[in-house]
Amino acid sequence: MILETNKPIGEINMTEASIIEVRDISKRFPGVVALNNVSLQFFPGEIHAVVGENGAGKSTLMKIMAGAYFPDSGEIILQGNKVSFSHPKEAQVKGISIIYQEFNLLPERTVAQNIFMGREPGKLGVLDVRELNKNAAQVLKELGAEQMISPSALCSTLSVAEQQIVEIAKAISFDSKVLIMDEPTASLTSVEVKMLTDLVAKLKARGMAILFISHRLIEVFDIADKISVLKDGELVGTELTEEVTPEKVVYMMVGREFDQYYPPLGSKDDLGEVVLRIKDGSNDLLKDINLELRKGEILGVAGLQGSGRTELAQAIFGAVPFKSGSMELYGKTKMVKSPLSAIKLGMGFVTEDRKAEGLLPRQPIRDNILLAVRSLQPLFGFILNDGVSRSRKMVPTLATQVDLRTDTYDKETQFLSGGNQQKVVLSKWLASDAGIFIFDEPTRGIDVEAKAGIHDMIRELTKQGTAVLMISSELPEIIGMSDRILVMADYRVAGELPAQSTEQEIMLMATGHANGNNTGMTESVGDE
Amino acid sequence: MTTATGSASWFRRTTRAIHIPPVYFFLIVIFLVSGLLDQILSDGQILTNPAIMLNIIVRSVALGIVAVGQTMVIIGASIDLSVAYTISITAVMSSYIMQGDTANVPIAIPAVLGIGLAIGLANGLIITKLKVNPFIATLGMSLIIKGIINATFSNYTGSVPRSFEFFGYGTIGPVPVSIIIMLFVYLVGWYLLARTKFGAHLYGVGGNAEVARLSGVRTDRVLIGAHVICSLTAVLSGFFLVSLMRSGAPWVGPNGLYDLESIATTVIGGTALSGGKGGVWGTLAGVLIFGVLDTTFNQLGVNPYLKMVLRGAIIVLAVASYTIRSKKEAA
Repeated sequence: MILETNKPIGEINMTEASIIEVRDISKRFPGVVALNNVSLQFFPGEIHAVVGENGAGKSTLMKIMAGAYFPDSGEIILQGNKVSFSHPKEAQVKGISIIYQEFNLLPERTVAQNIFMGREPGKLGVLDVRELNKNAAQVLKELGAEQMISPSALCSTLSVAEQQIVEIAKAISFDSKVLIMDEPTASLTSVEVKMLTDLVAKLKARGMAILFISHRLIEVFDIADKISVLKDGELVGTELTEEVTPEKVVYMMVGREFDQYYPPLGSKDDLGEVVLRIKDGSNDLLKDINLELRKGEILGVAGLQGSGRTELAQAIFGAVPFKSGSMELYGKTKMVKSPLSAIKLGMGFVTEDRKAEGLLPRQPIRDNILLAVRSLQPLFGFILNDGVSRSRKMVPTLATQVDLRTDTYDKETQFLSGGNQQKVVLSKWLASDAGIFIFDEPTRGIDVEAKAGIHDMIRELTKQGTAVLMISSELPEIIGMSDRILVMADYRVAGELPAQSTEQEIMLMATGHANGNNTGMTESVGDE
Repeated sequence: MTTATGSASWFRRTTRAIHIPPVYFFLIVIFLVSGLLDQILSDGQILTNPAIMLNIIVRSVALGIVAVGQTMVIIGASIDLSVAYTISITAVMSSYIMQGDTANVPIAIPAVLGIGLAIGLANGLIITKLKVNPFIATLGMSLIIKGIINATFSNYTGSVPRSFEFFGYGTIGPVPVSIIIMLFVYLVGWYLLARTKFGAHLYGVGGNAEVARLSGVRTDRVLIGAHVICSLTAVLSGFFLVSLMRSGAPWVGPNGLYDLESIATTVIGGTALSGGKGGVWGTLAGVLIFGVLDTTFNQLGVNPYLKMVLRGAIIVLAVASYTIRSKKEAA
């Protein structure tokens, strides 16, 4: 089936010359091949969507085209000429603009100042403020946004969608021929998405080539003329939107063999009572969260970037708590208001970003392991008798339990490998005798072998009677590990799927294609 | 409740529209409270005697001028801890070169400005090219200058001629020259920040250096420029002080706490220590707040150490009010 879709590039649209083309681009990062011999052509007046799972290489490709990364091999051809960019500025001057997912605007400066940063009008270093505002108004008018955004407004006062427009205005003020957008709709409301797609259509009519990365297939099918699918750094194929169905695109995105080992799923015997129940949990982002977690099971949480997976974990653990709704822990109604109360109630949180949230990289391994235990001890009682305390003796036992191999526990944690660092985080929570574990991307950035070790360990935890909530953006990991799968979309629970559901079922639910358009609150199980 | 928030937003809108930093509200409150206390507890000169008001400003001149430079480097997300000793080296070198002779003034002024230029250039280069944290770089510079002048001069050295005292004591009509110069420095500072490309780029560098760099701004040059300007304002403050004292001594800068107080007044004025936001007019209000407090405490004859307590409290309160407000705006 993949072969059918994999038309050689160039067969589509032979009539016109491409404005920009990448040929045999490859890029490696330590331990990963981000892109492998990818060739693509982009044409003026065309909206070309690049889709793929997390880590498929989409962003890397865009960054290479915009001059932010340099390819290991391959060429970029701009209007028939081979080019190479050593700095994003060079690409920009040649008419290639990129809008990153995280905005590059200065919040405390005005719209006009942001658009013309580094290119302010004026003579002898004196700023021509009137000309600056006039030019900005002109650019905004071209986008039809002159009513909405004032050139002299501070960017911090604008909504996300308005900031997005300012970014686009900045891009077209360079007289760009190619506009690259990374997840332009990720944090917009549906009205704003409509506004943005109208705007993009306008730019298309002006003959710009527009490339955008998106996770949201609905939008891709709404506005793109062409869809290219990347998977594991390789191009699966390019399709005309009108000739392809969402199901087929999803299949192209996920179609792969299971080649990784996962421990056997939990059995009915392991399953115990409900230890965590959330009813109608909401906060500033999350809406109407309902879930149950049982002793002895792994509940996998899947969803696209920005679907609220991590926010869910943070809410349960009290880092960014729920503001309304109710929470039941071990049958008692308790609202977790802070990480400390979560730890006291027996929760452990292995965070997504080890470096920022999980570890103190410059502290010794020993202190990292004891961090959570110590937080439960009286503030001054502990350190004084630390030298002979029981807790200190726990360290080697815990390290053995997680199979952490190191010559000394006094080494700074930053010198351990990613896998071993993750084991330190894990043993930190084992030490605190947690009964509920939340894993957020437990194996991100870890090599395959260490991954299998961590998967075994997570399963072992449930055998010992703990409950595990595991968030992962890697679908094989979700499917390989979960006893039940919760799918998040738009900061809500989109639905629940049984163990061993397919990647396609999960993706359809996560992109809002299952259960109609995912407009209402969906409690139902996927309709496959 | 509704009227309170309504009037608050009205206040915010108005101050924004005409670009009055909210710290001026605070300045007026402090001035009125000080005046009232003075009225009750002392002879009530603050509110009635214009000479006292002028005195408040004259007292603020030295701090006020150097604070303009400090504001600039802080907007660029840098900092300058060497301004106090730059003031000292200016004071001693100018009185040393002048030796009370007007003929030497034309030599002394460019020579000392050259020293300031070199200090600013060195600070900027160390920070941008050697990538040394600005705090450490300028602290190191401060110690270097301190060592040099303390090794060379022990106390008052030389003197400035009568003609040079015009800066400190002269008046044009009823207005002291020093105030005119200070206001001129503020105008120049405002112009540079608000009306030149240098200013626009400095806000960019302080707000997000990478964004500025990707927009094609030469970030290093901009920051070096800000440091040179900062050192030059310190030199100007030094000129003012030495013309007031008639002779320079190595302890002039550090005794006036010009390093920490210029940072404090900048921050009170609403310039973010993290850079990218703020301006000189807010700093002027911060400087005047310190001036009003000084004068009031002198009038009331209160223990000077209590003054420090109050200054400290005001710095903390001001910064807390900014962070609380920006959180509210973000929500």
